[in-house]
Amino acid sequence: MTARVGVVTFPGTLDDRDTQRAVRIAGLEAVPLWHRDKDLKQVDAVVLPGGFSYGDYLRAGAISRFSPVMESVIEQAKAGMPVLGICNGFQVLTETHLLPGAMLRNNHLHFICRDQKLRVENADTAWTADYRAGQQISVPLKNIDGRYVADERTLDELEAEGRVVFRYLDGNPNGSLRDIAGITNAAGNVVGLMPHPEHAVEPLIGTGRTDGLGFFTSLLKKLVNS
Amino acid sequence: MSLDTVKHAAETPDTAQPWAELGLKQDEYERIRAILGRRPTGAELAMYSVMWSEHCSYKSSKVHLRQFGEKAPENDALLVGIGENAGVVDVGQGYAVTFKVESHNHPSYIEPYQGAATGVGGIVRDILAMGARPVAVMDPLRFGAADHPDTKRVLPGVVAGIGGYGNCLGLPNIGGEVVFDPCYQGNPLVNALCVGVMKHEDIHLAKASGAGNKVILYGARTGGDGIGGVSVLASETFDATGPAKRPAVQVGDPFQEKLLIECTLELFREHLVEGIQDLGGAGLSCATSELASAGSGGMRVELDTVPLRDATLSPEEILMSESQERMCAIVEPGKVARFMEICEKWDVIATVIGEVTEGERLEIFWHGEQIVDVPPRTVAHEGPVYERPYARPSWQDELQADDANKLPRPASSDELREQVLKVLASPNQASKSWITDQYDRFVQGNTVLAQPEDSGMVRIDESTNLGVAVATDGNGRYTKLDPYTGAQLALAESYRNVAATGARPLAISNCLNFGSPEDPGVMWQFAEATRGLADGCLALGTPVTGGNVSLYNQTGETAIHPTPVVAVLGVIDDVNRRTPMAFTEQGQLLYLLGETHEELGGSAWSQVIHDHLGGLPPRVDLEREKLLAEILIAASRDGMIDAAHDLSDGGLVQALVESCLRGGNGARILVPEGLDPFVFLFSESAGRAVVAVPRSEELRFTDMCGARGLPATRIGVVDGESLEVQGEFGISLDELRSAHQGTIPALFG
Repeated sequence: MTARVGVVTFPGTLDDRDTQRAVRIAGLEAVPLWHRDKDLKQVDAVVLPGGFSYGDYLRAGAISRFSPVMESVIEQAKAGMPVLGICNGFQVLTETHLLPGAMLRNNHLHFICRDQKLRVENADTAWTADYRAGQQISVPLKNIDGRYVADERTLDELEAEGRVVFRYLDGNPNGSLRDIAGITNAAGNVVGLMPHPEHAVEPLIGTGRTDGLGFFTSLLKKLVNS
Repeated sequence: MSLDTVKHAAETPDTAQPWAELGLKQDEYERIRAILGRRPTGAELAMYSVMWSEHCSYKSSKVHLRQFGEKAPENDALLVGIGENAGVVDVGQGYAVTFKVESHNHPSYIEPYQGAATGVGGIVRDILAMGARPVAVMDPLRFGAADHPDTKRVLPGVVAGIGGYGNCLGLPNIGGEVVFDPCYQGNPLVNALCVGVMKHEDIHLAKASGAGNKVILYGARTGGDGIGGVSVLASETFDATGPAKRPAVQVGDPFQEKLLIECTLELFREHLVEGIQDLGGAGLSCATSELASAGSGGMRVELDTVPLRDATLSPEEILMSESQERMCAIVEPGKVARFMEICEKWDVIATVIGEVTEGERLEIFWHGEQIVDVPPRTVAHEGPVYERPYARPSWQDELQADDANKLPRPASSDELREQVLKVLASPNQASKSWITDQYDRFVQGNTVLAQPEDSGMVRIDESTNLGVAVATDGNGRYTKLDPYTGAQLALAESYRNVAATGARPLAISNCLNFGSPEDPGVMWQFAEATRGLADGCLALGTPVTGGNVSLYNQTGETAIHPTPVVAVLGVIDDVNRRTPMAFTEQGQLLYLLGETHEELGGSAWSQVIHDHLGGLPPRVDLEREKLLAEILIAASRDGMIDAAHDLSDGGLVQALVESCLRGGNGARILVPEGLDPFVFLFSESAGRAVVAVPRSEELRFTDMCGARGLPATRIGVVDGESLEVQGEFGISLDELRSAHQGTIPALFG
C-alpha cells in the first residue's frame, strides 16, 4: 500500500512542488490539492506548505483559512488525520485554531533565510516519531512573520503537555516566545513549525543536509503501521 | 479636454504639443510629423515619446551594440539571440535556458523599495514571456559610500524590495554582488537578473501574426503608476532642483505576479498562446507596437476595454502607464474560451482588447473614435539612432599615469597583517550575508550553490542532474582606468566564476551602466567598453544573448564609474560534480593556478588603504582564461579537486579567507620563492584561482596542468584553525570571522 499525502496549493503558495518532492523522496505518494476544491481525494495526510498564500494580505494565513479546502482539512484534522503546516502552513493552522497562538513580524523586522538548528522536544507526534527527543537537527528557516506568540497560560499549557515540538537552538532567530519553533495539538496529529523540513531532504540541495526527511518517514511509518 | 482623434489632428496641424515635456527633442518631433504626414495625436505623441526614449530605443547605444552581433562567435548553443525579450541557449537534453540582466537604477534611487521590487518583477516577466519557468534570480547592486547617510536610506530599501518581491514569487536568489563606491552616491545601480528553463519546443516569441487572432491583456488592472517612467525618469539626468519624481515609479504586487507566472505557464502547457509580450517600460505602447511590428504588421486595439484601477485615466495615460504584473498575448479565436478559463482559475483578469489585422497599421480606438494610426515599426524598431560624438577624456592619461604600484606598501609583517584585516573588513570585501540572508535561496528545492559561492547553480532536471550556473561581475574601478580592459575583466571574472564551480560557460548577458551619452567622455567609455566586451566574447566563444543599457547615471557633471556588468551562463551535466569554495578537510593541498604579477591598479587594497584610484587595471589574457576554465571544469568532472575559488578583488588573501571561513578550517600558506609576500597576497592579476586538491589526486592534477601549460604553484595546505602565512603572520579564524562578518551588520543592522 502507498500512503497518499495531499499537498495544498493556495494562490501564492511557493513550496508546494518542493513538498511534493520531499513526500516522494520519503516513499509516499504526493497528491496535489487545490484551494478551491473541498475534495481531499482520499488522502491519508495533508501538508500545508510554505509561501505567501493570498499574498499574506490582511494577515499571514488569514484568508486561506476560509478557503473551501480548509473546511475539509479542519474536519479531517479534528478526526485525527495527520496534518503538517510548514511556515505559511503553520500560520494557516493558527488562524484556523487547530493550533494555539499566532505569528508576528520577526523582532528584527527583516526576512531571514538561514540554516537553523532545532531541538526536537517531542518525538511522539505523527510527524516526529523518527526523531529522538532531544535530538538536534538543522533545517532552513526563511520568513518575515515567524515570531511565535501566545498568552502565558497557553504557553504554560503547551509546555506542561509536551506540545512544544521544536525549539530554536544557537540563537532565537525572530523573538519567538520561549524559543518555540513548532508545536502540536493535544492529539499529536497536527503539527506546525516555521522552519522548512522539505528543503532538507537531499544531500546535494540547499544546506546539504537531510535532517528534514524524518518528518516524512515518520508519517510513512505511522500510516503503514496504523 | 476633448479627445484628440486622428481626424482632429489632421485638421489642426498647428496645435502646440508638449513634446519637450515628454522628453522628445525638436528634430524627433519633426520626424514623427514626417512619418505620419500630420501632427501626431496626443496618444500617438505619448507612444512615440516613451518608445523613442533612451531606455526603450537604445538610440545612443545602438551603433555600438551592433558589434555584439557582428563579432558574435560561432556558437550552436544560441537558439534565440539579441532583440527578443531575452536570449535563449541550448543546454542539452532538450532543455533551453533563457536569462537576462536588466537595470532598475533610477527608480530605485527615488523609491528604493518599489524601484528594486519592480526591477525583479520586470525581469521575471521578460523571462516568462520567452516561454520559460523562472528558476532563479540574482541582483548585482552598487551603492554610494557605505557610511554615507543616504546609503542607509537606499540600501535597506533596495534589499527589502528585492526580498519582499522575489521571496513572494518563490524564486531562489542565488548570487549577485554588492559594491560600495562614492561614485554611485545619488546613482545607485540596481541590476536584476533572472534565469528561466523550458524545453526547446516551448520557446515563445513576441510577435502578433495571423489576422483575426485576438489580442488579450491579462494580469493586473492598469493604474496611474509609472506614467512616463521611461521617458522622464530613465532618460534624463537627475536635477537637484527639479520636482519630486515619485509618481513615475511603479508599485509592485508580487502576489499578482506569482499568479501571473503560474497562469502563464499553464497557458503555455496547453498551447494557447501564439505570441506574447510582457508589459514593462512603456507599458501598452511598447507591447502593442512591438507585437505588431515583429508580426505581420497590423493590429487594432479598443483601448476603452482595458480594465482600469482608476476610471479617470486618459487614453494617453493608459498607453504610457507602467502598471506592473501585466502581459499581452496573441490567441487564436478558437482558443480564447479556454484561455479565459485558465485565467479565471488563477483569479487573473483577462480581456480581449483587440485583434491582429490584415493591414500594416497599428490602430487604436477610444469609444469608437480613432486616436492612433501609425506604422508600428516606426514606433518600436525604427526609432532614432544617434552617432553621439565621443572622445577620450583629457584626464584619462593622468589617471593612468598615477601608478598604484608605487603606493607605499606595508613596511613590516605586522603592518601587512593589519592591512589584511583592514581590507577584509572594508565594506566591499566584507561578507554580505546580512544582505543575502534576506533573500530566499532554498525555494524550489533545486539550489545546488548560492552566494557566497563563485556562481549560483540550480539543478534543472531531477532525473539526470543537469544544472546551470550563473555569475555576475563588474568592476567600475577597473573600467574607469581602462574601459576596454575593464569590460573584458568583468567578462573574464564572470566566466572564471562559472568555471570555478565546474560549469562550462556558454553565453553572456550584460547590463551596461554608464553616465550621460551627451558627454563625449562617457560615450568614449561606452564605445571602448562595448568594443572590449564584443572582442572578449568572440575570443571566449560566448555570444551576447541580450541585455540592457542604462545611461544617464550621473548627477550634474559627475558620472558614475563606467560599470558594465556581465552575467555568464554555464551548464553542468551532473550537479553532483559541482565544485564548492569551502576548504572542508584538513590536509587538502592548496594550489594557486595562473600567474601573479605586480598589479594593484584599481585594487581593493589601493582603495581601502590609500583611497586611491589610478594606474592600469590588471592585464587580460583571454586564452589563459579559457585554459584555466578548461582545467577547472576537467578537474571538477574527474574529481581531482575538492574546492575552487576564483581570485579577483582583494587578491589571493581574500579568496583564502573566504574559503577557510566557509569550510571552518585554517590554512598554512608558503609564499612562493621570488614573490613579494605583499604582492602575493594583494595583487589582483586576472586568470587565477585557488584550488584544494586531495593528496590522492595531486599527481594527476599537476600532470594535467603541466601538460596543458597552466602554471600551478603549491602554496600550502588546509590546516589548523588559523590562516598562517609563514614568515609573515597568523590570524585565527575567529579574528578573521569577526573582521569579515561584522562590518555590514554594524553599518545597516
